[in-house]
Amino acid sequence: MRYRKERLDRGIKARCEDIFALSSWREILYLLLPRAVPVLGLLVFPLLKGIVGLYWEKVLVITCAIGLLALSWDLMASVGLVSLGQALFFGAGAYIAGALNQAFGLSPLITIPIGTLGGALFCTLLLFPVLRLRGVYFAIITLILPLLFARVIETTKILGGTEGMSGLSPLPGIWFELYVPVVALLMALFGFRRLINEDYGLVLQGIRDNDRAVMSGAINIYKFKAQAVFMAGVAGAFSGAFMTHYYQFVGIPAFAMDYSILPLTCAVLGGVGSFAGPTLGAFILVPLSEVLRAFGTLRVVFYSAILIICVVGLPEGIFHYIQRKYHQFERLVEVE
Amino acid sequence: MIASIIVYGLVNSVILALIAIGFSLTFGISGVANFAYGGFYLFSGYLTWMLLKYLGLPFGLAIPVAILATGLLGFLTYWVILLRVRGIVLSEVIATFALGVGMLEFFRWKGFVTYEFTLPYFVKGVVEIAGVPLDYQRLIIIGIGLVLVLFLYLFTHHTRIGLSFRGIAQNERTAISLGIESDWTAALSLALGSALAAVAAIAILPLGIISINVGYDVLLIAVAVGIIGGLESAAGILVGSLILGYAQVITGMYLAPEWTMVVYLAAIVVVLAIKPSGLFGKFKELEERV
Amino acid sequence: MKETILRVEGVSKRFGGVVAVEDVSFELGRGELLGVIGPNGSGKTTLVNLITGFVKPDSGRVIYQGRNITGKMPYRIAELGIARTFQMVRPFYQLPAYKNLIIPLYSPRVRRLRGGKYGERDDVAVDLLEEVGFERDSFVPYKVAASLPHGYLKRLELARCLALRPELLILDELFSGMSMSEVASTLPIIERLNEEGLTIIMVEHRLRELFRVADRVIVLNFGRKIADGPPRQVMESEEVKAAYLGSEAEVPDA
Repeated sequence: MRYRKERLDRGIKARCEDIFALSSWREILYLLLPRAVPVLGLLVFPLLKGIVGLYWEKVLVITCAIGLLALSWDLMASVGLVSLGQALFFGAGAYIAGALNQAFGLSPLITIPIGTLGGALFCTLLLFPVLRLRGVYFAIITLILPLLFARVIETTKILGGTEGMSGLSPLPGIWFELYVPVVALLMALFGFRRLINEDYGLVLQGIRDNDRAVMSGAINIYKFKAQAVFMAGVAGAFSGAFMTHYYQFVGIPAFAMDYSILPLTCAVLGGVGSFAGPTLGAFILVPLSEVLRAFGTLRVVFYSAILIICVVGLPEGIFHYIQRKYHQFERLVEVE
Repeated sequence: MIASIIVYGLVNSVILALIAIGFSLTFGISGVANFAYGGFYLFSGYLTWMLLKYLGLPFGLAIPVAILATGLLGFLTYWVILLRVRGIVLSEVIATFALGVGMLEFFRWKGFVTYEFTLPYFVKGVVEIAGVPLDYQRLIIIGIGLVLVLFLYLFTHHTRIGLSFRGIAQNERTAISLGIESDWTAALSLALGSALAAVAAIAILPLGIISINVGYDVLLIAVAVGIIGGLESAAGILVGSLILGYAQVITGMYLAPEWTMVVYLAAIVVVLAIKPSGLFGKFKELEERV
Repeated sequence: MKETILRVEGVSKRFGGVVAVEDVSFELGRGELLGVIGPNGSGKTTLVNLITGFVKPDSGRVIYQGRNITGKMPYRIAELGIARTFQMVRPFYQLPAYKNLIIPLYSPRVRRLRGGKYGERDDVAVDLLEEVGFERDSFVPYKVAASLPHGYLKRLELARCLALRPELLILDELFSGMSMSEVASTLPIIERLNEEGLTIIMVEHRLRELFRVADRVIVLNFGRKIADGPPRQVMESEEVKAAYLGSEAEVPDA
């Protein structure tokens, strides 16, 4: 008697095809709940700051910042670009916002948008030549650029040098502080997901999977890659620009390896390509990282271990696993 | 003054080349970018240090042991981890990257950062060349560098294994169809690259202390040299290291030592803008599409 | 006199020490169906790659409709109206068959030619599949590519090319791996396309079928062109027969 595993869609999933999803409350809830609950939870959480305490609200902000970086990473991965240096985007946005604020006294409401767009543009231009090369080159360049920038700032003492720029303007109010990152995260999450599900997203994924076929389809793959890098850059640079004003400080740590490896781990753990996965990963790893603060640098070793295990053992990531379980069930079937 | 520039520039260039060679070799042969390179470099340094200090091994024994151990580590990295994710660029990159960072941060956590951590010189003493003082260690480094380059050139151009290495580099599909084991070759290329990292580490670390930053710097240097000169070309490493080496020395002398990092950045940005695959890089980008 | 749509002048390409294509030249008139044949390894696919921009020639030129397209980017060449199939078919496996065609339909060329509007791409894709023989009212166009048999995938590849509304279609061993019945049903499609005015280059091993439709055939051996003319005439050449003697391709009786 030999068995094999068979996966079938659950009954309720099958009943949810197209318009039939509206046929009864059960189907609607089935589709809506997984999306609505986390979103509502996120939107309500800041309101609970009296109960939960400012510490956890702070964790929320950092989670959103890392989550944005993870989403930014995922978008680039969706077009086939593996970035080992999200810190580049973060740092670029952070320093532009910080420098504008310190030099010209511009309010965060101005420096953050400029930092976001400027940072994204700067990084896209910097990375543009590498887009024509083999995938590994992109990884190599993104790895060392943040390191290099950090060293340059450190040794030449420009932009504040090792001490960085402190005493920068704060954000206008606690509600701004809490809600802007949450809203930004949700916008990036749903925005990127929509993008990927459209035909534009098909082109991006095509470039990732089989770029010569896409090229022979008369599509300039480099233009699309550049667009993806820019959009990812917007998310990443925003994160940096925002955090500069949240901490009221920007310094070399803006280019730190942590901002590269943590989003990467979130994405791989959560599920590459799903956008919801990296977000989920961020909400798991960032609070965990805060709790484990006592361990210091050992945490990075921990992330590395997770990365290797996930990459080799569980490539689909948590989100895809959960999604599969939600939509399908498994059973053993006899094999003749 | 000129003499010292020439001599120190040469020493610097050879140091950079020695560091870069292992990474470039692995990448050139099997296309694997070994981001754990910095980790391996430090690993060999610490291993040697521990062998000397705790096992009391003589220098002459500790060196080959460390080199072999690091080579073995490289081999195992491929066989245990990379083999399973071969071909998926995403996973390969992340795996070696995580390994490298994990190793380096592990060393940092363990506290391998104090001044005790030094390796002894091979030979102590100073010699004068063209009126420029130069210690023997650096002289030996130049020697090692030249010997290594010569050896590698002969190896890849005149031995069967070496030629098959180049065959893989040219076109993996053809090489496979010729019966050359791609996995073995890749594993060996990783082993060889790591062993070379060990050689570089043992020769160069005595010049300073072993510190975690060195691990990251090594990766930075290997990549910078590779980008400028072209990652898949032996001539590229030579030229890249010469350019960077001399640029560093010259800026150090005439501007300020702090600006050397800027030199790296500027050089990379310039090369990226003009010829992204490096001065001697074979622009194989399209040809691999078939 | 037919207008010359493509002129290949003395293209050569070496890979390392191996000569793939050596000094190949030929002309192609609009509306012609040209066969490219030769034993394995004779450089046929490399020639296609040289024309379509996937490989840059070491020397020589490729002139298409009076423009020099030598070594241009593949997407530029496709934009100008040259579409090609790939020998190793690699569709987007997890997508339905018709979704595989969205990508070429997204290109600027198609938007210019079809004036495509949002939402129509799906319909156009299904129409295209019907053109290449996918039964319309079946669910085959909606099946995931991974579940389709090889013959269907090859026809999907053809549809991908047609999505571009090309003026020159290059088929690289389209029939390889197809069963006799699949070939029999696909060949008329190609004939029809050619009759409607599409210029076609067919690289093929299945000479029997090729000779039924080809106006002209060029033969490659070890990267050089050794014959150029109508099929029957070419197969009578001693050099061609000798080239094939060492290979396993079936040589149809003259």
